[in-house]
Amino acid sequence: MKHVLALSVLLSAFWLINSGHYTSLLLFFMVVSVLFVAVLCHRMDVVDGESQPLELTFTIPVYWLWLIKEVTVANIAVARCVWKGADSISPSVIKVKANQKTDLGIVIYANSITLTPGTVSIDLEDNEITVHALTRETAKDLLTGEMDRRVCKVEP
Amino acid sequence: MELLLDIVSWILLISGSFFTLTGALGLFRFPDFFTRTHAAGVTDTAGAGLILTGLMLQAGWGLVLAKLLLILLFSLLASTTACHAMAKAALKSGLKPQTVNDNSNSEEETSSKP
Repeated sequence: MKHVLALSVLLSAFWLINSGHYTSLLLFFMVVSVLFVAVLCHRMDVVDGESQPLELTFTIPVYWLWLIKEVTVANIAVARCVWKGADSISPSVIKVKANQKTDLGIVIYANSITLTPGTVSIDLEDNEITVHALTRETAKDLLTGEMDRRVCKVEP
Repeated sequence: MELLLDIVSWILLISGSFFTLTGALGLFRFPDFFTRTHAAGVTDTAGAGLILTGLMLQAGWGLVLAKLLLILLFSLLASTTACHAMAKAALKSGLKPQTVNDNSNSEEETSSKP
């Protein structure tokens, strides 16, 4: 129930942001469409802690700030490699272990790896992520496991 | 104040364009599929992020700002997922990543050309 309620609030906010017209008729349409979608999702059984991870609301902004910093640093490194040419890269494939307890945590970790330029997660089996790294430095940064630890902290 | 905002937003827009160009150049310069996904990642994160932030400063407080934030959020989520799906599909269909030996120079590449 908590998750259905959260979904309705989110959908309403999304509708209000994208509409910009706040007449009573259109607001009525909003209520009807939000209710329809919420009931539909509830019947499809897709509204749960995985699609509405409410527990992350307060922990994930801190992680996002750290991730933005990491992405910025990685972007500069990869851009430098691009301008230096193909001789400056040393691609490698490494395997890292995801220590998160939930599937959601592992997905956050794998997606963060892909979001950071210089590392792309190319396969995920159980809790072992296969990563393609552009240079030796990006591979080494990932193997320190700092991102893994921070995602563990985000988890409830 | 207006002038300062304009200056900052133009700096962001121009550096965003630079990173987008860098990503495009990387697509040509890098040797194989997997290294090219890294170049595309630069366009997705720094390129899109800086340009959208620059536009947010031009938009001012209002609905447009919220919409630009949503665009940024969804494009970041979607591009990483698409990037992973592409790389995984390439790996599953048998494309081997080109890698270098740890104790050799990058010129002596050890694996197959695609």
